[in-house]
Amino acid sequence: MIGLLPDRLYRDRRIAWAAFGVLAVLLIALPFLVEAGLGRTWVRILDFAMLYVMLALGLNIVVGFAGLLDLGYVAFYAVGAYFYAILASPQFGLHLPFWVLLPMGAGIACLFGVLLGAPTLRLRGDYLAIVTLGFGEIIRIFLNNLNAPVNVTNGPQGINMIDPVRLGGHALTRPIELFGVQISGPHAHYYLFLGLTLLVIFAAIRLQHSRIGRAWAAIREDEVAAEAMGIHTRNVKLLAFAMGATFGGLGGGLFAAFQGFVSPESFTLMESIMILCMVVLGGMGHIPGVILGAVLLTMLPEALRYVGPLQQELIGRVAVDPADLRMLLFGVALVLVMLFRPQGLWPSPVRARELHPDNPDQVRQEQESLYDAER
Amino acid sequence: MTPSAERDGGGEPLLAARAVTKRFGGLTALSEVSLTVQVGEIVGLIGPNGAGKTTLFNCFTGLYHPSAGTVHLEGRPLAGLKPHAVAALGLARTFQNIRLFANMSVLENVMVGRHVRTRAGVLGAVLRGPRTRAEERSIRERSLDLLDRVGLGGRADQLARHLPYGDQRRLEIARALATEPKLLALDEPAAGMNHTETAALKGLLETIRERGVTLLLIEHDVRLMMDLCDRVAVLDYGRKIADGPPEQVQRDPAVIEAYLGAGAA
Repeated sequence: MIGLLPDRLYRDRRIAWAAFGVLAVLLIALPFLVEAGLGRTWVRILDFAMLYVMLALGLNIVVGFAGLLDLGYVAFYAVGAYFYAILASPQFGLHLPFWVLLPMGAGIACLFGVLLGAPTLRLRGDYLAIVTLGFGEIIRIFLNNLNAPVNVTNGPQGINMIDPVRLGGHALTRPIELFGVQISGPHAHYYLFLGLTLLVIFAAIRLQHSRIGRAWAAIREDEVAAEAMGIHTRNVKLLAFAMGATFGGLGGGLFAAFQGFVSPESFTLMESIMILCMVVLGGMGHIPGVILGAVLLTMLPEALRYVGPLQQELIGRVAVDPADLRMLLFGVALVLVMLFRPQGLWPSPVRARELHPDNPDQVRQEQESLYDAER
Repeated sequence: MTPSAERDGGGEPLLAARAVTKRFGGLTALSEVSLTVQVGEIVGLIGPNGAGKTTLFNCFTGLYHPSAGTVHLEGRPLAGLKPHAVAALGLARTFQNIRLFANMSVLENVMVGRHVRTRAGVLGAVLRGPRTRAEERSIRERSLDLLDRVGLGGRADQLARHLPYGDQRRLEIARALATEPKLLALDEPAAGMNHTETAALKGLLETIRERGVTLLLIEHDVRLMMDLCDRVAVLDYGRKIADGPPEQVQRDPAVIEAYLGAGAA
């Protein structure tokens, strides 16, 4: 028996490495497979999926780990995007390098996180949600109106012709030939985003299983007890806000460079809610779930574009505008998931138990107490 | 004052509350309550329901700020300090209505208690260098050790919410001990426990004292209090009506009157 144990461990480890290898090959081949199967548009969608994974993981720190409901998360995304756009476009004729601006943008977003958090984090629950929602709108309205008296953001027109990402003098938007393989702009961005996403995932996992991560969880579970156990709750919550904002700012810089164009329209409340949906739908606080949520919710609205052509095919005309139907179907999908899997599509084992007690004794106890109340 | 004088229990008290008053609007919950706890003592706080015992605890631990009066821990004023700062100074507590981190594991609950004595930040967490790893290891080892001491060693991986009631109380004690308190304030640690569990709790509290932690506890179990405490203070309607050795307090007419009503004495 004792002899079996190391052997099995050894085998398990080999299986893990094999799975890891297969996953790596799959991730590298993915854009080519997607392009062959669905066309280049979907490679771009894949890029956006990566971007949203980063954003959702950032928001997950605030909402999932620390339990603070933030409805204005997109503001940090906007800060990162505009920071890059203003300093690397013809807007002011500044063309600072991408690799300098990206971490700086994340840092500025972090600063905004602290600025917003410091006065508001004494609020709890719904009140915090309302204040953050307001903050998100303030940033967007600022961006919309900051074209006078000095034209900083170019107002509703947004900033155009933003510098692309450059890797060693090569603009990532241009196709490049590597080892005889043609790599287009979206493909190259995919690899860049994938790399950064992996870094963000790594950071999120490490944070979750650390002294800081435990303090966040403690605050989420019981703020009074956490404070009584010596956790400086205000600072630790501020840290969650700052970390979330940093990831948001990072995503923003990438978005601006990838898109080449930013306008306030990209940073509406709807966008905040969308990212929140990714977190909640995937499984709050559970990193694999959040990744799944982000990928699914980026893909789903795009996939629903096909309902137009589908109608044409089936009934010979487009009866309902796909743009209308898209949001409707999307809403229905969300409601269904919340009805049947309220803990998210891929919840952490703990949260799954919380909302779906698998312990029959517990279920019986709860039911009995319900009957008592009825009597 | 020298450290040895402290250990002997002489000189300055560990906790000194002077004329603590707490008003909520028109209601005076505490009225000029003074209480001292010497190093190494076990002091009990009793009184009828609503006498202000928990309010006094909350005034000590920074959850409430007294309307008047002062509280000192090792000669340092606690006035205006937030609960986390009080915990950092060495006063840890448990709660009357158990407040565990329900959806964290038993071990994680205790590990949270180590927060205040450790320092790894965001950078340390992400990079996880040798220092952070060593710190994490010591947090884990100490927490497991504490769980063993309170008799929950075998339940480290369970969720706190799945523990039986008595175990939840003991987990709260382990979590509070993880903050390395000089004074441990327990709010009704034996509530809801049966005789066997209470006897085990008494043993546990005695070993905690032997390890150099001073204890202040609120409790309704009179026998436990008489057996365990060196000194008992009695609160009634927000005033301290007695303070002394258990036998003496037991015979005090004012105490008997508070518990049984006028005429009983």
